[in-house]
Amino acid sequence: MRRIYLDNNATTQVDPRVLEAMLPFFCDKFGNAASRNHAFGWEAEQAVEAAREQIASLIGADAKEIVFTSGATEGNNTAIKGVAAMYAERGKHIITQATEHKAVLDPCHWLAEQGYRVTVLPVDAKGMVDLEQLKQAMTPDTILVSIMHGNNEIGTVQPIAEIGRLCKEREVLFHTDCCQTFGKLPINVEEMGIDLLTCSAHKIHGPKGVGALYVRRKRPRVRCAPVLHGGGHERGVRSGTLNVPGIVGLAKAAEISGREMESEPARLAALRDRLKDAIISKLDAVHLNGHPTLRTPTNLNLSFAYVEGESLMMGMPEVAVSSGSACTSASLEPSYVLRAIGVGDDLAHGSIRFSLGRFNTADEVDYVAERVVATVRKLREMSPLYEIAQEGVDLKAVEWTRE
Amino acid sequence: MPYGDKVIDHFQRPRNVGSLDKTSPNVGTGIVGAPECGDVMKLQILVDENDNIVDAKFKTFGCGSAIASSSLATEWLKGRKLDQALDIRNTDIVRELALPPVKIHCSVLAEDAIRAAVEDLRKKKGARSSAVEGNGAK
Repeated sequence: MRRIYLDNNATTQVDPRVLEAMLPFFCDKFGNAASRNHAFGWEAEQAVEAAREQIASLIGADAKEIVFTSGATEGNNTAIKGVAAMYAERGKHIITQATEHKAVLDPCHWLAEQGYRVTVLPVDAKGMVDLEQLKQAMTPDTILVSIMHGNNEIGTVQPIAEIGRLCKEREVLFHTDCCQTFGKLPINVEEMGIDLLTCSAHKIHGPKGVGALYVRRKRPRVRCAPVLHGGGHERGVRSGTLNVPGIVGLAKAAEISGREMESEPARLAALRDRLKDAIISKLDAVHLNGHPTLRTPTNLNLSFAYVEGESLMMGMPEVAVSSGSACTSASLEPSYVLRAIGVGDDLAHGSIRFSLGRFNTADEVDYVAERVVATVRKLREMSPLYEIAQEGVDLKAVEWTRE
Repeated sequence: MPYGDKVIDHFQRPRNVGSLDKTSPNVGTGIVGAPECGDVMKLQILVDENDNIVDAKFKTFGCGSAIASSSLATEWLKGRKLDQALDIRNTDIVRELALPPVKIHCSVLAEDAIRAAVEDLRKKKGARSSAVEGNGAK
Protein backbone atom coordinates (compact mmCIF):
# COMPACT_ATOMS: atom_id res chain seq x y z
CA MET A 1 0.00 0.00 0.00
CA ARG A 2 1.19 3.50 -0.82
CA ARG A 3 2.05 5.43 2.36
CA ILE A 4 2.22 9.19 2.61
CA TYR A 5 3.73 11.00 5.55
CA LEU A 6 2.20 14.39 6.29
CA ASP A 7 3.02 14.53 9.99
CA ASN A 8 6.31 16.39 9.77
CA ASN A 9 5.47 18.69 12.70
CA ALA A 10 5.60 15.55 14.85
CA THR A 11 8.86 14.26 13.47
CA THR A 12 10.66 13.96 10.15
CA GLN A 13 12.48 11.39 8.10
CA VAL A 14 16.23 11.59 8.60
CA ASP A 15 17.82 13.01 5.47
CA PRO A 16 20.21 10.40 4.02
CA ARG A 17 22.91 13.09 3.87
CA VAL A 18 22.49 13.56 7.62
CA LEU A 19 22.76 9.84 8.27
CA GLU A 20 25.86 9.66 6.15
CA ALA A 21 27.48 12.43 8.16
CA MET A 22 26.64 10.65 11.41
CA LEU A 23 27.81 7.14 10.51
CA PRO A 24 31.58 7.55 11.11
CA PHE A 25 30.84 8.58 14.68
CA PHE A 26 29.47 5.22 15.76
CA CYS A 27 32.16 2.64 15.03
CA ASP A 28 35.15 4.62 13.88
CA LYS A 29 35.29 8.04 15.54
CA PHE A 30 33.48 6.89 18.65
CA GLY A 31 35.53 8.86 21.20
CA ASN A 32 34.18 10.82 24.12
CA ALA A 33 34.37 14.52 23.32
CA ALA A 34 35.43 15.12 26.91
CA SER A 35 38.49 12.85 26.61
CA ARG A 36 41.17 15.49 26.41
CA ASN A 37 44.21 13.24 26.23
CA HIS A 38 43.95 11.08 23.14
CA ALA A 39 43.14 11.29 19.48
CA PHE A 40 39.76 9.55 19.85
CA GLY A 41 38.62 12.32 22.15
CA TRP A 42 40.10 15.05 20.00
CA GLU A 43 38.35 14.01 16.81
CA ALA A 44 35.05 13.79 18.67
CA GLU A 45 35.60 17.19 20.23
CA GLN A 46 36.54 18.65 16.89
CA ALA A 47 33.31 17.39 15.36
CA VAL A 48 31.29 18.79 18.25
CA GLU A 49 32.91 22.21 18.00
CA ALA A 50 32.36 22.33 14.25
CA ALA A 51 28.72 21.46 14.92
CA ARG A 52 28.49 24.25 17.48
CA GLU A 53 29.72 26.74 14.89
CA GLN A 54 27.20 25.43 12.39
CA ILE A 55 24.22 25.79 14.71
CA ALA A 56 25.36 29.20 15.91
CA SER A 57 25.74 30.53 12.38
CA LEU A 58 22.16 29.62 11.49
CA ILE A 59 20.77 31.89 14.23
CA GLY A 60 23.40 34.62 14.25
CA ALA A 61 24.91 33.49 17.54
CA ASP A 62 28.40 32.70 18.78
CA ALA A 63 29.47 29.07 19.06
CA LYS A 64 30.13 29.50 22.78
CA GLU A 65 26.44 30.26 23.27
CA ILE A 66 25.26 26.84 22.07
CA VAL A 67 24.51 24.10 24.60
CA PHE A 68 23.74 20.65 23.25
CA THR A 69 20.75 18.88 24.78
CA SER A 70 18.74 15.72 24.33
CA GLY A 71 16.05 17.68 22.52
CA ALA A 72 13.47 20.41 22.91
CA THR A 73 11.87 19.16 26.10
CA GLU A 74 15.20 19.33 27.86
CA GLY A 75 16.08 22.64 26.21
CA ASN A 76 12.81 24.24 27.33
CA ASN A 77 13.10 22.83 30.84
CA THR A 78 16.68 24.02 31.19
CA ALA A 79 15.91 27.49 29.87
CA ILE A 80 12.87 28.06 32.06
CA LYS A 81 13.89 26.31 35.27
CA GLY A 82 17.52 27.37 34.83
CA VAL A 83 16.68 31.06 34.54
CA ALA A 84 14.08 30.82 37.30
CA ALA A 85 16.66 29.36 39.68
CA MET A 86 19.34 31.91 38.85
CA TYR A 87 17.17 35.02 38.92
CA ALA A 88 14.87 34.16 41.83
CA GLU A 89 16.36 36.94 43.92
CA ARG A 90 15.52 39.50 41.27
CA GLY A 91 11.98 38.31 40.86
CA LYS A 92 9.71 35.33 40.66
CA HIS A 93 7.38 36.22 37.82
CA ILE A 94 7.36 34.39 34.49
CA ILE A 95 5.17 35.14 31.48
CA THR A 96 4.19 32.61 28.85
CA GLN A 97 1.17 32.06 26.63
CA ALA A 98 -1.62 29.55 26.25
CA THR A 99 -0.62 27.69 23.09
CA GLU A 100 2.94 26.86 24.10
CA HIS A 101 4.08 23.26 23.93
CA LYS A 102 3.64 21.29 27.15
CA ALA A 103 7.42 21.28 27.50
CA VAL A 104 7.11 25.01 28.22
CA LEU A 105 3.77 25.09 30.04
CA ASP A 106 4.53 22.23 32.41
CA PRO A 107 7.88 23.59 33.66
CA CYS A 108 6.04 26.90 34.24
CA HIS A 109 3.27 25.13 36.17
CA TRP A 110 5.90 23.29 38.16
CA LEU A 111 7.57 26.59 39.02
CA ALA A 112 4.18 27.96 40.09
CA GLU A 113 4.05 25.13 42.62
CA GLN A 114 7.49 26.19 43.82
CA GLY A 115 6.31 29.69 44.66
CA TYR A 116 6.82 31.49 41.36
CA ARG A 117 4.08 33.57 39.80
CA VAL A 118 3.21 32.53 36.26
CA THR A 119 1.11 34.55 33.83
CA VAL A 120 -0.27 32.58 30.89
CA LEU A 121 -1.34 35.12 28.28
CA PRO A 122 -4.38 34.32 26.17
CA VAL A 123 -4.20 34.39 22.38
CA ASP A 124 -6.66 35.68 19.81
CA ALA A 125 -8.70 33.53 17.42
CA LYS A 126 -5.70 33.25 15.10
CA GLY A 127 -3.39 32.19 17.88
CA MET A 128 -1.50 35.48 18.27
CA VAL A 129 -0.46 36.99 21.57
CA ASP A 130 -1.39 40.60 22.12
CA LEU A 131 1.71 42.77 22.61
CA GLU A 132 -0.22 45.31 24.64
CA GLN A 133 -1.33 42.57 27.02
CA LEU A 134 2.23 41.32 27.23
CA LYS A 135 3.43 44.81 28.10
CA GLN A 136 0.80 45.14 30.78
CA ALA A 137 1.63 41.75 32.24
CA MET A 138 5.26 42.73 32.82
CA THR A 139 5.97 43.85 36.38
CA PRO A 140 9.22 44.76 38.14
CA ASP A 141 9.58 41.18 39.35
CA THR A 142 9.19 39.65 35.85
CA ILE A 143 12.36 37.73 35.04
CA LEU A 144 11.43 35.74 31.96
CA VAL A 145 9.09 35.75 28.99
CA SER A 146 8.79 32.45 27.16
CA ILE A 147 6.88 32.67 23.90
CA MET A 148 7.29 30.28 21.01
CA HIS A 149 8.10 31.23 17.45
CA GLY A 150 5.92 28.89 15.36
CA ASN A 151 3.14 26.82 16.87
CA ASN A 152 3.34 23.06 16.40
CA GLU A 153 -0.39 22.49 16.11
CA ILE A 154 -1.82 25.50 14.31
CA GLY A 155 1.31 26.97 12.72
CA THR A 156 0.78 30.52 13.94
CA VAL A 157 4.03 32.51 13.98
CA GLN A 158 4.36 34.93 16.89
CA PRO A 159 5.95 38.38 16.43
CA ILE A 160 9.09 37.39 18.30
CA ALA A 161 11.18 40.37 17.16
CA GLU A 162 8.63 42.73 18.71
CA ILE A 163 8.43 40.58 21.81
CA GLY A 164 12.23 40.59 22.02
CA ARG A 165 12.25 44.37 21.77
CA LEU A 166 9.66 44.72 24.54
CA CYS A 167 11.69 42.40 26.75
CA LYS A 168 14.86 44.40 26.10
CA GLU A 169 13.10 47.62 27.08
CA ARG A 170 12.05 46.10 30.38
CA GLU A 171 15.28 44.15 30.89
CA VAL A 172 13.37 40.91 31.02
CA LEU A 173 14.95 37.76 29.56
CA PHE A 174 13.27 36.33 26.48
CA HIS A 175 13.18 32.61 25.74
CA THR A 176 11.64 31.28 22.56
CA ASP A 177 10.89 27.70 21.57
CA CYS A 178 11.88 27.57 17.88
CA CYS A 179 11.40 23.85 17.24
CA GLN A 180 8.99 24.44 14.38
CA THR A 181 10.87 27.33 12.78
CA PHE A 182 14.57 26.60 13.27
CA GLY A 183 15.91 25.92 9.78
CA LYS A 184 12.58 26.92 8.22
CA LEU A 185 12.25 30.63 8.92
CA PRO A 186 15.07 33.16 9.26
CA ILE A 187 16.07 33.59 12.90
CA ASN A 188 18.63 36.02 14.23
CA VAL A 189 19.10 36.23 17.98
CA GLU A 190 20.59 39.73 17.77
CA GLU A 191 17.97 41.26 15.53
CA MET A 192 15.16 39.54 17.40
CA GLY A 193 16.41 40.21 20.92
CA ILE A 194 16.39 36.55 21.88
CA ASP A 195 18.21 35.54 25.07
CA LEU A 196 17.46 31.83 25.05
CA LEU A 197 16.30 29.66 22.16
CA THR A 198 15.36 26.01 21.94
CA CYS A 199 15.63 23.84 18.85
CA SER A 200 15.59 20.17 18.02
CA ALA A 201 17.16 18.03 15.30
CA HIS A 202 14.34 15.66 14.48
CA LYS A 203 12.03 18.40 13.22
CA ILE A 204 14.50 19.28 10.46
CA HIS A 205 15.32 15.83 9.10
CA GLY A 206 17.93 15.16 11.75
CA PRO A 207 17.99 12.37 14.33
CA LYS A 208 15.78 12.13 17.42
CA GLY A 209 17.25 12.67 20.87
CA VAL A 210 19.37 15.72 20.19
CA GLY A 211 18.81 19.44 20.22
CA ALA A 212 20.43 22.69 21.12
CA LEU A 213 19.79 25.51 23.56
CA TYR A 214 21.12 28.95 22.79
CA VAL A 215 22.05 30.90 25.92
CA ARG A 216 23.15 34.51 25.37
CA ARG A 217 26.59 35.37 26.72
CA LYS A 218 26.74 39.09 26.01
CA ARG A 219 24.37 42.04 26.56
CA PRO A 220 23.29 40.55 28.86
CA ARG A 221 25.20 37.49 29.96
CA VAL A 222 22.39 35.07 30.77
CA ARG A 223 22.91 32.78 33.73
CA CYS A 224 21.18 29.45 33.51
CA ALA A 225 21.32 26.81 36.25
CA PRO A 226 21.60 23.20 35.10
CA VAL A 227 18.75 20.73 35.26
CA LEU A 228 21.13 17.78 34.89
CA HIS A 229 24.05 17.85 37.31
CA GLY A 230 27.20 15.83 36.85
CA GLY A 231 30.52 16.08 35.05
CA GLY A 232 30.16 19.74 34.20
CA HIS A 233 29.89 19.39 30.43
CA GLU A 234 28.65 22.26 28.29
CA ARG A 235 30.06 24.89 30.64
CA GLY A 236 28.20 23.33 33.51
CA VAL A 237 24.79 24.04 31.99
CA ARG A 238 24.20 20.47 30.87
CA SER A 239 26.17 17.58 32.25
CA GLY A 240 26.27 14.30 30.40
CA THR A 241 28.51 12.73 27.79
CA LEU A 242 27.89 14.47 24.50
CA ASN A 243 25.84 12.59 21.92
CA VAL A 244 28.47 13.06 19.24
CA PRO A 245 26.74 11.28 16.32
CA GLY A 246 23.51 13.08 17.19
CA ILE A 247 25.23 16.45 17.40
CA VAL A 248 26.93 15.84 14.05
CA GLY A 249 23.52 14.93 12.63
CA LEU A 250 21.90 18.06 14.08
CA ALA A 251 24.63 20.19 12.53
CA LYS A 252 24.33 18.53 9.14
CA ALA A 253 20.55 18.94 9.22
CA ALA A 254 21.00 22.61 10.14
CA GLU A 255 23.55 23.08 7.38
CA ILE A 256 21.22 21.65 4.74
CA SER A 257 18.24 23.64 6.02
CA GLY A 258 20.31 26.82 6.07
CA ARG A 259 21.52 26.25 2.54
CA GLU A 260 17.99 25.60 1.29
CA MET A 261 16.40 28.46 3.21
CA GLU A 262 16.01 30.49 0.03
CA SER A 263 13.89 27.93 -1.79
CA GLU A 264 12.56 25.18 0.48
CA PRO A 265 10.24 27.13 2.81
CA ALA A 266 8.64 28.75 -0.24
CA ARG A 267 8.18 25.34 -1.86
CA LEU A 268 6.61 23.97 1.33
CA ALA A 269 4.29 26.96 1.70
CA ALA A 270 3.16 26.48 -1.90
CA LEU A 271 2.43 22.79 -1.24
CA ARG A 272 0.58 23.72 1.94
CA ASP A 273 -1.61 26.20 0.07
CA ARG A 274 -2.14 23.74 -2.77
CA LEU A 275 -3.41 21.18 -0.27
CA LYS A 276 -5.68 23.71 1.43
CA ASP A 277 -7.14 24.99 -1.84
CA ALA A 278 -7.71 21.50 -3.21
CA ILE A 279 -9.66 20.51 -0.09
CA ILE A 280 -11.58 23.73 0.51
CA SER A 281 -12.67 24.04 -3.11
CA LYS A 282 -14.42 20.66 -2.92
CA LEU A 283 -15.91 20.61 0.59
CA ASP A 284 -18.21 22.92 2.50
CA ALA A 285 -17.91 23.64 6.23
CA VAL A 286 -14.14 23.39 6.45
CA HIS A 287 -12.40 25.82 8.82
CA LEU A 288 -8.77 26.87 8.84
CA ASN A 289 -7.26 26.83 12.32
CA GLY A 290 -4.45 29.25 13.07
CA HIS A 291 -3.33 32.37 11.28
CA PRO A 292 -4.27 32.63 7.57
CA THR A 293 -0.94 34.16 6.54
CA LEU A 294 1.47 34.36 9.50
CA ARG A 295 2.03 30.63 9.81
CA THR A 296 4.86 28.17 9.41
CA PRO A 297 5.33 26.97 5.82
CA THR A 298 4.83 23.36 6.87
CA ASN A 299 1.56 23.52 8.77
CA LEU A 300 -2.05 23.26 7.64
CA ASN A 301 -4.69 22.69 10.30
CA LEU A 302 -8.28 22.22 9.18
CA SER A 303 -11.49 21.41 11.01
CA PHE A 304 -14.08 19.40 9.11
CA ALA A 305 -17.48 20.08 10.61
CA TYR A 306 -19.76 17.08 11.33
CA VAL A 307 -16.85 14.62 11.13
CA GLU A 308 -14.65 13.26 13.91
CA GLY A 309 -10.90 13.38 13.37
CA GLU A 310 -9.96 9.88 14.37
CA SER A 311 -12.49 8.33 12.03
CA LEU A 312 -11.24 10.59 9.25
CA MET A 313 -7.72 9.33 9.84
CA MET A 314 -9.00 5.77 9.97
CA GLY A 315 -10.73 6.28 6.65
CA MET A 316 -7.42 7.03 4.95
CA PRO A 317 -4.97 4.77 6.78
CA GLU A 318 -2.28 5.21 4.14
CA VAL A 319 -2.04 8.91 5.01
CA ALA A 320 -0.19 9.90 8.19
CA VAL A 321 -1.55 13.09 9.76
CA SER A 322 -2.60 14.03 13.28
CA SER A 323 -5.76 15.27 14.94
CA GLY A 324 -6.80 17.49 17.81
CA SER A 325 -9.63 15.12 18.56
CA ALA A 326 -9.87 13.71 22.06
CA CYS A 327 -9.99 10.24 20.57
CA THR A 328 -6.41 10.58 19.40
CA SER A 329 -4.99 12.03 22.60
CA ALA A 330 -3.84 10.22 25.69
CA SER A 331 -5.77 12.66 27.89
CA LEU A 332 -9.15 12.06 26.21
CA GLU A 333 -9.49 15.83 25.98
CA PRO A 334 -9.58 17.74 22.71
CA SER A 335 -6.57 19.91 21.90
CA TYR A 336 -5.90 22.69 24.44
CA VAL A 337 -4.35 24.74 21.64
CA LEU A 338 -7.58 24.71 19.64
CA ARG A 339 -9.50 25.55 22.81
CA ALA A 340 -7.16 28.49 23.42
CA ILE A 341 -8.02 29.99 20.02
CA GLY A 342 -11.71 29.53 20.73
CA VAL A 343 -12.40 26.56 18.47
CA GLY A 344 -15.44 24.76 19.91
CA ASP A 345 -14.92 21.21 21.10
CA ASP A 346 -17.14 19.92 18.28
CA LEU A 347 -14.78 21.40 15.67
CA ALA A 348 -11.70 20.45 17.67
CA HIS A 349 -12.85 16.84 17.41
CA GLY A 350 -12.97 17.27 13.65
CA SER A 351 -9.54 18.84 13.27
CA ILE A 352 -6.68 17.45 11.23
CA ARG A 353 -3.13 18.73 11.15
CA PHE A 354 -1.32 18.18 7.88
CA SER A 355 2.38 19.01 8.13
CA LEU A 356 4.81 18.97 5.26
CA GLY A 357 8.46 18.16 4.96
CA ARG A 358 11.36 18.05 2.54
CA PHE A 359 10.36 14.75 0.98
CA ASN A 360 6.76 15.58 0.19
CA THR A 361 5.78 16.19 -3.41
CA ALA A 362 2.95 17.94 -5.23
CA ASP A 363 1.75 14.53 -6.40
CA GLU A 364 1.43 13.38 -2.79
CA VAL A 365 -0.43 16.52 -1.83
CA ASP A 366 -2.90 16.04 -4.69
CA TYR A 367 -3.47 12.42 -3.67
CA VAL A 368 -4.03 13.34 -0.02
CA ALA A 369 -6.47 16.11 -0.97
CA GLU A 370 -8.50 13.61 -2.99
CA ARG A 371 -8.51 11.07 -0.16
CA VAL A 372 -9.53 13.69 2.39
CA VAL A 373 -12.41 14.91 0.23
CA ALA A 374 -13.65 11.38 -0.44
CA THR A 375 -13.37 10.30 3.20
CA VAL A 376 -15.06 13.42 4.58
CA ARG A 377 -17.92 12.95 2.12
CA LYS A 378 -18.31 9.32 3.12
CA LEU A 379 -18.26 10.13 6.83
CA ARG A 380 -20.71 12.99 6.40
CA GLU A 381 -23.08 10.60 4.68
CA MET A 382 -23.13 8.64 7.91
CA SER A 383 -23.04 11.65 10.24
CA PRO A 384 -26.29 12.46 12.05
CA LEU A 385 -24.94 15.99 12.58
CA TYR A 386 -24.57 16.57 8.88
CA GLU A 387 -28.09 15.29 8.34
CA ILE A 388 -29.50 17.54 11.05
CA ALA A 389 -27.58 20.54 9.71
CA GLN A 390 -28.80 19.82 6.17
CA GLU A 391 -32.35 19.98 7.54
CA GLY A 392 -31.55 23.54 8.52
CA VAL A 393 -31.45 22.90 12.26
CA ASP A 394 -28.89 24.83 14.29
CA LEU A 395 -26.80 22.19 16.04
CA LYS A 396 -26.09 24.59 18.88
CA ALA A 397 -29.82 24.83 19.61
CA VAL A 398 -30.28 21.06 19.91
CA GLU A 399 -30.46 19.63 23.39
CA TRP A 400 -27.93 16.83 23.49
CA THR A 401 -27.68 14.06 26.03
CA ARG A 402 -24.28 14.58 27.58
CA GLU A 403 -22.52 11.65 29.11
CA MET B 1 -5.42 3.66 17.94
CA PRO B 2 -4.62 0.14 16.74
CA TYR B 3 -7.99 -1.54 16.25
CA GLY B 4 -8.97 -5.15 15.85
CA ASP B 5 -10.13 -6.53 12.51
CA LYS B 6 -13.82 -6.41 13.44
CA VAL B 7 -13.79 -2.69 14.18
CA ILE B 8 -11.98 -2.03 10.94
CA ASP B 9 -14.43 -4.22 9.03
CA HIS B 10 -17.47 -2.42 10.47
CA PHE B 11 -15.80 0.93 9.89
CA GLN B 12 -14.93 0.21 6.29
CA ARG B 13 -18.19 -1.56 5.45
CA PRO B 14 -20.68 -0.11 7.91
CA ARG B 15 -23.94 -2.06 8.02
CA ASN B 16 -27.28 -0.32 7.83
CA VAL B 17 -26.19 3.28 7.44
CA GLY B 18 -29.14 5.51 6.79
CA SER B 19 -32.35 6.91 8.16
CA LEU B 20 -35.90 5.71 8.66
CA ASP B 21 -38.91 8.01 8.71
CA LYS B 22 -38.80 9.32 12.26
CA THR B 23 -42.44 10.44 12.06
CA SER B 24 -43.65 6.89 11.36
CA PRO B 25 -45.56 5.36 14.30
CA ASN B 26 -43.60 2.13 13.83
CA VAL B 27 -40.17 3.74 13.96
CA GLY B 28 -38.31 4.38 17.18
CA THR B 29 -35.47 6.90 17.10
CA GLY B 30 -32.70 7.32 19.65
CA ILE B 31 -30.16 10.12 19.43
CA VAL B 32 -27.52 10.10 22.14
CA GLY B 33 -24.22 11.85 22.80
CA ALA B 34 -23.17 15.42 22.07
CA PRO B 35 -21.04 17.02 19.35
CA GLU B 36 -18.66 18.60 21.86
CA CYS B 37 -18.07 15.20 23.44
CA GLY B 38 -16.95 13.89 20.08
CA ASP B 39 -19.70 11.37 19.49
CA VAL B 40 -23.37 11.42 18.53
CA MET B 41 -25.27 8.31 17.56
CA LYS B 42 -28.62 8.15 15.89
CA LEU B 43 -30.15 4.69 15.95
CA GLN B 44 -33.54 3.81 14.51
CA ILE B 45 -35.65 0.66 14.58
CA LEU B 46 -38.69 -0.28 12.55
CA VAL B 47 -41.17 -2.81 14.00
CA ASP B 48 -44.01 -4.76 12.42
CA GLU B 49 -47.43 -5.23 14.01
CA ASN B 50 -46.04 -8.04 16.20
CA ASP B 51 -43.23 -5.93 17.59
CA ASN B 52 -40.57 -7.69 15.56
CA ILE B 53 -37.71 -5.42 14.62
CA VAL B 54 -37.70 -5.68 10.86
CA ASP B 55 -35.18 -2.96 10.12
CA ALA B 56 -32.54 -0.91 11.90
CA LYS B 57 -30.50 2.04 10.70
CA PHE B 58 -27.82 4.24 12.17
CA LYS B 59 -25.85 7.38 11.59
CA THR B 60 -22.90 8.15 13.82
CA PHE B 61 -20.56 11.07 14.31
CA GLY B 62 -17.60 9.75 16.20
CA CYS B 63 -14.45 7.72 16.17
CA GLY B 64 -13.99 4.40 14.43
CA SER B 65 -15.15 2.35 17.38
CA ALA B 66 -18.27 4.49 17.82
CA ILE B 67 -19.17 3.84 14.20
CA ALA B 68 -18.40 0.14 14.54
CA SER B 69 -20.40 -0.15 17.78
CA SER B 70 -23.51 1.34 16.22
CA SER B 71 -23.09 -0.67 13.03
CA LEU B 72 -22.89 -3.87 15.07
CA ALA B 73 -25.88 -2.82 17.17
CA THR B 74 -28.08 -2.47 14.08
CA GLU B 75 -27.00 -5.92 12.92
CA TRP B 76 -27.92 -7.44 16.23
CA LEU B 77 -31.22 -5.58 16.44
CA LYS B 78 -32.63 -6.80 13.17
CA GLY B 79 -34.87 -9.84 13.62
CA ARG B 80 -35.25 -9.41 17.38
CA LYS B 81 -38.41 -8.91 19.31
CA LEU B 82 -38.66 -5.35 20.64
CA ASP B 83 -38.46 -6.65 24.22
CA GLN B 84 -35.24 -8.46 23.45
CA ALA B 85 -33.59 -5.35 22.05
CA LEU B 86 -32.74 -4.29 25.58
CA ASP B 87 -30.88 -7.56 26.14
CA ILE B 88 -28.00 -6.18 24.09
CA ARG B 89 -25.42 -5.10 26.63
CA ASN B 90 -22.48 -2.83 26.03
CA THR B 91 -20.21 -5.58 27.35
CA ASP B 92 -21.36 -7.82 24.49
CA ILE B 93 -20.31 -5.13 22.04
CA VAL B 94 -16.95 -4.67 23.77
CA ARG B 95 -16.33 -8.40 23.55
CA GLU B 96 -17.45 -8.82 19.96
CA LEU B 97 -15.39 -5.86 18.69
CA ALA B 98 -12.48 -6.38 21.12
CA LEU B 99 -12.65 -2.71 22.05
CA PRO B 100 -9.73 -1.32 24.06
CA PRO B 101 -10.58 0.09 27.52
CA VAL B 102 -10.50 3.74 26.38
CA LYS B 103 -13.22 2.93 23.85
CA ILE B 104 -15.68 1.28 26.20
CA HIS B 105 -17.74 4.47 26.30
CA CYS B 106 -18.52 3.94 22.61
CA SER B 107 -20.24 0.66 23.46
CA VAL B 108 -22.09 2.35 26.34
CA LEU B 109 -23.30 4.97 23.91
CA ALA B 110 -24.58 2.25 21.57
CA GLU B 111 -26.50 0.61 24.42
CA ASP B 112 -27.92 4.03 25.34
CA ALA B 113 -28.97 4.57 21.73
CA ILE B 114 -30.82 1.23 21.66
CA ARG B 115 -32.57 2.11 24.91
CA ALA B 116 -33.54 5.55 23.61
CA ALA B 117 -34.92 4.11 20.36
CA VAL B 118 -36.99 1.51 22.20
CA GLU B 119 -38.31 4.12 24.63
CA ASP B 120 -39.23 6.41 21.77
CA LEU B 121 -41.17 3.62 20.08
CA ARG B 122 -42.93 2.60 23.31
CA LYS B 123 -43.86 6.21 23.96
CA LYS B 124 -45.37 6.45 20.47
CA LYS B 125 -47.26 3.19 20.94
CA GLY B 126 -48.39 4.17 24.44
CA ALA B 127 -49.65 7.49 23.18
CA ARG B 128 -51.47 5.77 20.36
CA SER B 129 -53.15 3.12 22.52
CA SER B 130 -54.23 5.70 25.10
CA ALA B 131 -55.51 7.83 22.25
CA VAL B 132 -57.50 4.83 21.00
CA GLU B 133 -58.84 4.12 24.50
CA GLY B 134 -59.73 7.78 24.84
CA ASN B 135 -61.68 7.62 21.63
CA GLY B 136 -63.44 4.46 22.83
CA ALA B 137 -64.60 6.14 26.04
CA LYS B 138 -66.26 8.85 24.05
